[in-house]
Amino acid sequence: MASGYSAKEEDGHHSGALGPAGGAAVRSRKPDNTAFKQQRLPAWQPILTAGTVLPAFFIIGLLFIPIGIGLYVTSNNIRELQIDYTGTESSSPCFACSQNYSWNMTTPCVCSVSFSLDQPFESNVFMYYGLSNFYQNHRRYVKSRDDSQLNGNLNSLKEPSKECEPYRTNDGKPIAPCGAIANSLFNDTLALYYNDPNGTETQIQLVKRGIAWWTDKHVKFRNPVGDDSNLTAIFQGTAKPVNWQKPVYELDSDPENNGFINEDLIVWMRTAALPTFRKLYRIIEKNSSTSPTLPRGNYTLKITYNYPVRSFEGRKRMILSTISWMGGKNPFLGIAYITVGSICFFLGVVLLIIHHKYGSRSSSADLTH
Amino acid sequence: MECTADTVALLWMGRQLPLSPGHFTVSCFYYTIWNFIPKNLFEQFRRIANFYFLIIFLVQLMIDTPTSPVTSGLPLFFVITVTAIKQGYEDWLRHKADNEVNGAPVFVVRSGSLVQTRSKNVRVGDIVRVAKDETFPADLVLLSSDRAEGTCHITTASLDGETNLKTHFAVPETAVSQTVSKLESLQAVVECQQPEADLYRFVGRITVSLQGEEIVRPLGPENLLLRGARLKNTKEIFGVAVYTGMESKMALNYKCKSQKRSAVEKSMNTFLIIYLGILLLEAVLSTILKYAWQSERKWDEPFYNEKTEQEKNSSKILQFISDFLAFLVLYNFIIPISLYVTVEMQKFLGSFFIGWDLDLYHVESDQKAQVNTSDLNEELGQVEYVFTDKTGTLTENEMQFRECSINGVKFQEINGKLVPEGVTDDSPDGYMPHLVRVLLHQTCTLSSCFFTGEEELFLKAVSLCHTVQINYDQTDGPRDTFLQANGVSDPVEYYASSPDEKALVEATRRMGVTFVGNNGENMEIKTFGRSEKYKLLHVLEFDANRRRMSVILQTPSGEKVLFTKGAESSIFPHARSGEVDKTRVHVDEFALKGLRTLVVACRRFSAGEYEEVDRRLHEARTALQQREERLAEVFSFIERDLELLGATGVEDRLQEKVQETIEALRLAGIKVWVLTGDKHETAVSVSLSCGHFHRTMNILELVQQKSDSECAEQLRRLARRIREDHVIQHGLVVDGTSLSLALRQHERLFMEVCRSCSAVLCCRMAPLQKAKVVRLIKTSPEKPITLAIGDGANDVSMIQEANVGIGIMGKEGRQAVRNSDYAIARFKFLAKLLLVHGHFYYIRIATLVQYFFYKNVCFITPQFLYQFFCLFSQQTLYDSVYLTLYNICFTSLPVLVYSLFEQLVHPHVLQSKPALYRDISKNALLSFKPFLYWTLQGFSHAFVFFFGSYILMGEDTSLMGNGQMFGNWTFGTLVFTVMVITVTLKLALETHYWTWMNHFVTWGSIAFYFIFSLFYGGIIWPFLHTQDMYFVFVQLLSSGSAWFAIIIVVVTCLFPDVVKKVLYRHLRPTSTQKSQVIEAYPGTSCLDSACCFSEGKSGFAWLGRLVERTMSRCDLARVTSLYVIFYTSEQHLFIPSVGTPPNPTPFLVLSAVRNSSMQW
Repeated sequence: MASGYSAKEEDGHHSGALGPAGGAAVRSRKPDNTAFKQQRLPAWQPILTAGTVLPAFFIIGLLFIPIGIGLYVTSNNIRELQIDYTGTESSSPCFACSQNYSWNMTTPCVCSVSFSLDQPFESNVFMYYGLSNFYQNHRRYVKSRDDSQLNGNLNSLKEPSKECEPYRTNDGKPIAPCGAIANSLFNDTLALYYNDPNGTETQIQLVKRGIAWWTDKHVKFRNPVGDDSNLTAIFQGTAKPVNWQKPVYELDSDPENNGFINEDLIVWMRTAALPTFRKLYRIIEKNSSTSPTLPRGNYTLKITYNYPVRSFEGRKRMILSTISWMGGKNPFLGIAYITVGSICFFLGVVLLIIHHKYGSRSSSADLTH
Repeated sequence: MECTADTVALLWMGRQLPLSPGHFTVSCFYYTIWNFIPKNLFEQFRRIANFYFLIIFLVQLMIDTPTSPVTSGLPLFFVITVTAIKQGYEDWLRHKADNEVNGAPVFVVRSGSLVQTRSKNVRVGDIVRVAKDETFPADLVLLSSDRAEGTCHITTASLDGETNLKTHFAVPETAVSQTVSKLESLQAVVECQQPEADLYRFVGRITVSLQGEEIVRPLGPENLLLRGARLKNTKEIFGVAVYTGMESKMALNYKCKSQKRSAVEKSMNTFLIIYLGILLLEAVLSTILKYAWQSERKWDEPFYNEKTEQEKNSSKILQFISDFLAFLVLYNFIIPISLYVTVEMQKFLGSFFIGWDLDLYHVESDQKAQVNTSDLNEELGQVEYVFTDKTGTLTENEMQFRECSINGVKFQEINGKLVPEGVTDDSPDGYMPHLVRVLLHQTCTLSSCFFTGEEELFLKAVSLCHTVQINYDQTDGPRDTFLQANGVSDPVEYYASSPDEKALVEATRRMGVTFVGNNGENMEIKTFGRSEKYKLLHVLEFDANRRRMSVILQTPSGEKVLFTKGAESSIFPHARSGEVDKTRVHVDEFALKGLRTLVVACRRFSAGEYEEVDRRLHEARTALQQREERLAEVFSFIERDLELLGATGVEDRLQEKVQETIEALRLAGIKVWVLTGDKHETAVSVSLSCGHFHRTMNILELVQQKSDSECAEQLRRLARRIREDHVIQHGLVVDGTSLSLALRQHERLFMEVCRSCSAVLCCRMAPLQKAKVVRLIKTSPEKPITLAIGDGANDVSMIQEANVGIGIMGKEGRQAVRNSDYAIARFKFLAKLLLVHGHFYYIRIATLVQYFFYKNVCFITPQFLYQFFCLFSQQTLYDSVYLTLYNICFTSLPVLVYSLFEQLVHPHVLQSKPALYRDISKNALLSFKPFLYWTLQGFSHAFVFFFGSYILMGEDTSLMGNGQMFGNWTFGTLVFTVMVITVTLKLALETHYWTWMNHFVTWGSIAFYFIFSLFYGGIIWPFLHTQDMYFVFVQLLSSGSAWFAIIIVVVTCLFPDVVKKVLYRHLRPTSTQKSQVIEAYPGTSCLDSACCFSEGKSGFAWLGRLVERTMSRCDLARVTSLYVIFYTSEQHLFIPSVGTPPNPTPFLVLSAVRNSSMQW
């Protein structure tokens, strides 16, 4: 922006000199001659003209195009693999599991999906599960939770919030954790095996810590603390959510990942913004600096198929993805930057040319006057 | 004010009557501490917008809605509180003014002695004692004063600003009761009309019982002492309170004036209705779509999200209604609740600038501009017609006696001497008129024989026929003896409500006939040193319809004479003898010179005649019903068969810079009409001299039309002439009688003629006619904005009628000022008031309104779009706290500061180029096109926010470096963050005048949003049952992608707007934009030429030069030339700059441009 600060000149007012002569006793009603009252505050007065915005156009153009290219390249370097295992098609390995579904099945239905990686996945690999057509953002669903209960409040544990209806109590006993969100916790178990070329199947180590926000895990979600350190005792008198097979204190054997601070629960409790979403399931950590985390080859995904999605035409996916500093694969940002940058630059050039012609034509016309 | 009982209040003298309490009910807009809250709330919820928000709030309380009641309750509470504080403050000011009167100690006669009490305790019927220089605590009927004749003097400066002394009278029967004990024995009944606001009207009567006999006396305004007036020159008076407290005339005059609504407010309401339509449409659409979706169970109630029992069982219709209401609540922010409060604050705070303006301060009278209503600030920028009074408005109203005509002979005053025309007096010592006057005075005493009888009679008539007062304060005391000892023969000062009278009395003093004073019923004059006493029998006061005033006197010889003076049209028809024709010629000559003329006449009564006159006058004055009509009848009975004495010509100087001001207004596209009571010739000559009429103008006349058909014929003739001759400018002169004919039948024809005339002069106008003309223009099909400016009581009706009424703080009292919307000291200030302040206020408020709607469209449209992705479940996109604070905290201050300080163009430029005013005329910034532009921009920005964030997150990838995922609240927060930044920067783009405050609030608002969000999300809030926002904002900011997304979305939103602004500025610049370029630094003023990059201002100068050189259009010499190019409308001006750039003085620039500005 061109133009600069112009403290406006005094406008010819000379304070004091104009007052009624000799009226020492009479207080003049003359207004104060201050910059504020006279609306003469020093001000910067930018004018949006081609001259002032052209540099801005060029700067934006020259900045955005490289940024966009950088973002695009970064995004392109990310490896991502998605496997849909919903099993609605009869050819799908999970077809059988998806057909005979019921919540309280005693024998788990297990299916396996094989896939191969053409290129190795370097560095840490993140394993997500994805759901489609699942409206976690429905208003009735979003508010159906009791944060105070999840924060370890003993009163709320016994007396959950009314927002949890109709998942508030079961057989007169309060549900812990209450509400529709917790009730519908995703309960498929995913396991990944690497098929060695020599025929052996090695299970890949999946880390289940670090998948939830640190602040959620350590501040927002807390297990209730009672006289007993035993979670089972503390949750005495509460009911498990209707759809769960196990109560909340048996989610994991690790006490640091059990009860309300179970990370799978925490991840699920952060409701997604849109009906198609993915949630972080496990992390495959890179353990040696020489070999890739997931080398090229054939893999098997073994699914303990529990979660029904057929009733609402949902889809289930497993996603393997590497991560850059900017997150997962997302070409949109790069493309947007390149597009906007190019338009800016292009418009800048066009304006410059137009103005060169326009300016020289009119000023030469003036010169002849 | 309502009166429940009959129209007459009965009062018993000497004791209080329990009749009065509850007799009148008070219903003025006054709050007390007790009723403030309920009353104020009631008043506020009568406003449609506030009521709407109250309904929304109640709906939220009643049904299950997506947002908590707090989200609309809190802003509503805020708005109501701010408005209540503002109104409370204004009321407190009124109270304070009242308390000064209310709390003052007052002496009241009770049970035979004087009791001190507070003035608010004075009851109707109390007898009150008021001492010298005290103000009256209530409206009192004067009973007695310390003077035997029962007169007293008061000033009504605090009521109407008239500083002259006015004499008020007691009826003779009570005037003798000068002590408390005498008053105690007084038996009387006062009857008076019900309270009325008119300060100058009072009708009542007093019945005094004297020795068993009842005497009835009329009471008029001359018997009434108004509350707030001050006693002068009188030691003490006793009076009986007739109107107290709220019923007093002063209090009634505080009554809320009729509300004028500005054009901006009207279009604001139109916009509101449009947005209400959009709101309803969105809500209906959402409800319908919701039910369309819900028809399938898998969407309505999937296994993971079952309904509660209550939801399952409630009736379908109730559900539907409550769904609709819930959507209404969800989208209700599209109608900005804070718009009204911001507009109120802007108007209230902004109006201070007018009073503070030094350019509107008049040094001589120590008067600054005064704002009586802040509701019309922006209307000052929309004026299309100015109706101005002449006397006191265009002229100084400082009268100087110049000429007179006595008995058919014309005289001129030269050096204090009347010289018959033709005789020139080239006295050399014109420099010392004072001395000369003294000298002349003495010589005249010796040579009084110079004056003939007629001349002397004329001078006596002039010096007796008036209501001038003398300030006694100066005649007694040591100062005077000192003055007299020094030989200064100017001991008396005259106070008159009419400057003409003062000028005439002063003139006769110079001629040797001095008005010494009126003590009691006598008027005393000194004719060449010889003192003469005239008994004042009656005063027939001046009124605007009669246009004359008279006195009836008893001469020292016992003769009863009527002296009358007035407009020639009201005297000549009644003149029976005297040199009527010659005088008429002289009067016309005076008028041609621009002098104000008065004709003087007299009538001698025989004893019988006088008796009848006296009787009829008395009857009329004591009449309780139709007193005014009867008085008028009697007056016309008296003022006839006149003997013409002569005429006077008084000069009224033009105010300074009237011509420039009128010219500036005309350049600004404003039509100026002069409405005056003066006669045709005077008015035309003043019009010419003040530049209202040009010499080159073709002046059309519509005067002295006798009949309807004649008038129509003339109008048609004029219309034809205008059509035939449309190159030349036309001016029109209309007089009062012709006007009333034209308005009666041929309004449209008349309007047609008027509209094609560039200047219109209406002369011989009665006050109501002035208002009629204003209304005629105001209600014409185009509904132009009218402004009326005047200084006298006769302008009040037109000031109240016009869209904007401006009072001149002149010499004719303060009635016009009190009834005006704005008051200024001089006519020339009108130019700055309209061209600068009007322009400022208009662009400020117009942008404020547009921006407010824009930012709320931006705010709520993403919310609407989100419903398509959440099954129309009314899930909010933003957190409740954000919903609540968006309009209150995050985006409120920048626009308020903008609307207080914005200046598109420097005031100097605005004033020197009145044509810039045309850029904003006809409510240009709030017409449909800009409104559509802003609204569409709001929608498109909202789409970019929402879908930008959607594409970023909707691809369901992780945005964080540790692979973790965001939820719906993070999504909403991202949209909200982008929105706050964009909306704030959008205003920044609109801002042309960046003071430190704009910087502070703009960047401060964004910073505040970040700090607040960090704080808000950083705590597990006790008492809240959800912790949705916990660390959401921090997590969002910890994502690199989010930052990049914010930047790209903001740039994408604002970029097209910048391009559009630049293109429009270059391809179709408005004159406002052109003058901005002129005003700015020379370095930036040559932007159209790429050569100007060489000025070194631009960081990309090298690029410009590169292009220049590669195209070889621009050689180096030209690039670095010392020419500074200024861009004006059609051409560039080349002005050699003083020294090299960068900084030639802008003033040189301005003056140079001003010369050229006349061309366009």
